[in-house]
Amino acid sequence: MSQASSEDPHHIDVKEFHPRARAAIADPKIRQNFRKAMDGLISKRKDAFEGMDLEALRDLGANIRLRALANLPDLLEQLEKKLTENGIKVHWAIDGDEACRIVRDICVARNAKTVIKGKSMVSEEMELNHYLEEHDIKALESDLGEYIVQLAGETPSHIIMPAIHKNTGEISELMHEKTGTDLSNDVEYLTASARQQLREKFMNADVGVSGVNFAVAETGTLCLVENEGNGRMTTTVPPCHIAVTGIEKVVGNLEDVAPLLALLTRSATGQHITTYFNMISSPRKPEELDGPEEVHLVLVDNGRSSIYQDDELLDTLRCIRCGACMNHCPVYTRVGGHTYGTTYPGPIGKILMPHLIGLDEGRHLPTASSLCGACGEVCPVKIPIPDLLVRLRRESVDGDKLNPAKVRGHGAKRGTLEALVWKGWSWMHARPGAYRFGTAVAARLRKLQPGQLGGWTEYRTAPRLAAKTLHERMKERGQ
Amino acid sequence: MADPIKVYPPKPSHVYFYATCLIDMFYPDAGMAGIQLLEREGIKVCFPEDQTCCGQPAYTSGYHDEARAVAKAQLGLFPEDWPIVVPSGSCGGMMRKHYPRLFKDTDHEVKAAEVAARTWELTDFLLNVCHIKLKDLGEPTTIAMHTSCSARREMGVAEVGPKLIGQLQNVNLVEQVRAEECCGFGGTFAVRHPEISGAMVSEKVDTLTDTGAEAFVTTDCGCLMNISGYAEKNGKPLAGQHIVSFLWERTDNGSGS
Repeated sequence: MSQASSEDPHHIDVKEFHPRARAAIADPKIRQNFRKAMDGLISKRKDAFEGMDLEALRDLGANIRLRALANLPDLLEQLEKKLTENGIKVHWAIDGDEACRIVRDICVARNAKTVIKGKSMVSEEMELNHYLEEHDIKALESDLGEYIVQLAGETPSHIIMPAIHKNTGEISELMHEKTGTDLSNDVEYLTASARQQLREKFMNADVGVSGVNFAVAETGTLCLVENEGNGRMTTTVPPCHIAVTGIEKVVGNLEDVAPLLALLTRSATGQHITTYFNMISSPRKPEELDGPEEVHLVLVDNGRSSIYQDDELLDTLRCIRCGACMNHCPVYTRVGGHTYGTTYPGPIGKILMPHLIGLDEGRHLPTASSLCGACGEVCPVKIPIPDLLVRLRRESVDGDKLNPAKVRGHGAKRGTLEALVWKGWSWMHARPGAYRFGTAVAARLRKLQPGQLGGWTEYRTAPRLAAKTLHERMKERGQ
Repeated sequence: MADPIKVYPPKPSHVYFYATCLIDMFYPDAGMAGIQLLEREGIKVCFPEDQTCCGQPAYTSGYHDEARAVAKAQLGLFPEDWPIVVPSGSCGGMMRKHYPRLFKDTDHEVKAAEVAARTWELTDFLLNVCHIKLKDLGEPTTIAMHTSCSARREMGVAEVGPKLIGQLQNVNLVEQVRAEECCGFGGTFAVRHPEISGAMVSEKVDTLTDTGAEAFVTTDCGCLMNISGYAEKNGKPLAGQHIVSFLWERTDNGSGS
C-alpha cells in the first residue's frame, strides 16, 4: 500500500481521535446530518420489527452465526469445494495486500483496465481502489453513496450509508462541481443523473467487483443484498466478476440465510426486504444468455483468524454488518463516522479494528464509549459489544495478570501514572478501615475540595462532598 | 457467560443494603431514604460497615487486578442468605452481571455467582419484592425521569420507576424525547472524552427541560451528578434527585408533613 500522508483520507492517524472528535462536535452540520439520519434509522428499524418476536429472531440469528463460527474451518473447505465444482475460482488472502494483488493479477490476466464496483466494506479494508489506481486500473464505485464518497475523495462514514455525513445540498454541489450536474435539491434528479453516468460505465467495465453478505457452504452460493440494482449489474454485466469477502461470512446451509436476511435488512435500513437479493452460484452456463464468463471469490483473513483463536473475542466475527450498532450509538451520532479514522466506525469498529490495526494504533477506540449498551441491545446477532469493549480496555492496559493480554499491540495504553492511581485506589478500597478514615476526612475537609476537576468541570460543576458520609450517619444511628 | 436469571424472591425479613461509594460520599440522603423505605416495608436493613466500592471504576477502565482486589473485599460482607439491595443500576449491574466474569476460574467463582444471584436494584426490589404501595402526601408537581443505561439494560428495570411514580397521584410524569439515550456519564468516559460526554449531557438536559418538568429523578447517582452538574454550570433551571429520595419525601416519612 502507499505511503502515509496527512492529505490522504485513506491514511488517517487513528490515534488522533480526540482532535477529530472535538472538531466534529463543534461542527453543527455534522451534528445535524448524523442526528437526523440516525433518528430516522432508529425509528424505521423499530417499525420494521413491529409485531415480530424480535428476541426469538435475534436468538436464532445469534445461534446461526455461532454454529457457523464453531465449524468455520470445515465450512470454508466445504465452500471452496462447492464453489470450485460450480466453476467459481476461490482465492485465499492472508491480508489486504495479498487480496489486492490477487484482484490485480486477475485484472492483468484479462488485460482489464476498468473495474466497476458494488458496495464492499472488505474492499475498503483492503484499500483496493487506491491499490488498483496505482497499478493503472480505474475502479469506479457504483453504489450511490460510495459513488458520492469517491467523487469527494473521501472514505465512507457509515458501513451501510457511506455518504450519510452529507446532506442533499452538499451532494448537489459536489456533483455539480465534479460531473456538471445542475444544482438541485431534487433527490430524484440527482439520482437519475448518477444512474445515467453509471449505466455507461457498467457497459464498458472489464471487471465487476462486489462484496458478499452470506456465503453458503452446502451449495456454494454467494448472497448479495442491495437496493439499487448496481450489485446485480456489477455481478452480471462485465465479463468477469470478482467477489471479495472476509472468511467469517460463511454460513452452513441455505436455510440459515432467511433469518439472517430478515434481521439484516430490518436492522440496517428498516426494510422488510431489499429491492435486490442476488444469489450467485456459477459463471454463465452455455445455455444462458447473460452473466459473467468468469467468477472469482477472494476470501480475506486480515486478522480474523487471530480473533478466532479466542473464545470471547470470537463473538466479534458474528457480525453481519447491518450498522444498527452505529445508528443507535450516542457517541457515533455525536462525532460521525470519520472521527474514528477507521474502515469500520462506531461500536463494531471499536471492537473489530483493534484486531486489524493493532491495539497500539487503535488504543483510543475502546475508550470512546459510555458503555451504555445500546449497541448490544440492538445487535441482530447479539454480539456482547460492551463486554468486548471492556475486554479490549483490559488488553490495552495489560490489566489482568490472571488472564494475560493477547491482542496485538496490547499494553500500549498502560501509563505509569494511571496504573499507580488505580493501584492506590485499589489499596484504599480493599481496606475498609482506610476507606472509612479517608472518606470521613474528605467530608471534614470538603470546603477545600478543588473546584476544577479536569474534563469534568469543563461542562459541569464539581460534585459536592456531603458533610457526613452514609457510613458515619449509620454509625450514629447505631448500625 | 449467561447472566443470572431474575426470579423475584418472597419478601424477606432482612436485607443487606449496599449503598455504593457515590451515595456514601456525595448523596447520603438518598442512601438514608432507601434504607427508610425498606424499613417502612417492615424489613430489617443490615448495613455492612466494611462496604466500600463495588470495583466498577477500575473494571470498566480495564484494571481488572485492581477491580478484583476491591470486589473481593465486598464478597465477604453478606454471610446470611438475605437479598443484597443496591440503590443503583450501575453498581447493581457490576455485582449481578460482572462479578461472575471478574472471578471466573478463581477460588471466588462460586461465591461471586452466589452474591450476583441475590443482588437487586432498589426500586425493582421495592416494587416487585416488597410490593410497595405509596400514598402521595406531596403537592402537585410535574417531573421527568432518566433511567440509567445500566438500570435499563443490565438490570432490566426500565418499567419500574414509572410504575412507582405512577402510584403517586399528585405527580405528573412526563417523558423526554430519546428517553432511552445515555446521558453521557459513563464513569471515566466523562473525563477521558469530555467533549463527547459534554455534547451528550447538554442534549439530555435540553430534552429534560423541554418537557416542562420542574425536576427530574433518576435511578443512579452517576447520571444525577452528570445531569445536575451540567444544568447547574449552564444556569438551566432543572433540579434533580435520586428517585428514592423523591419517593421518601412525598410519602409518610414520619415527619408529619
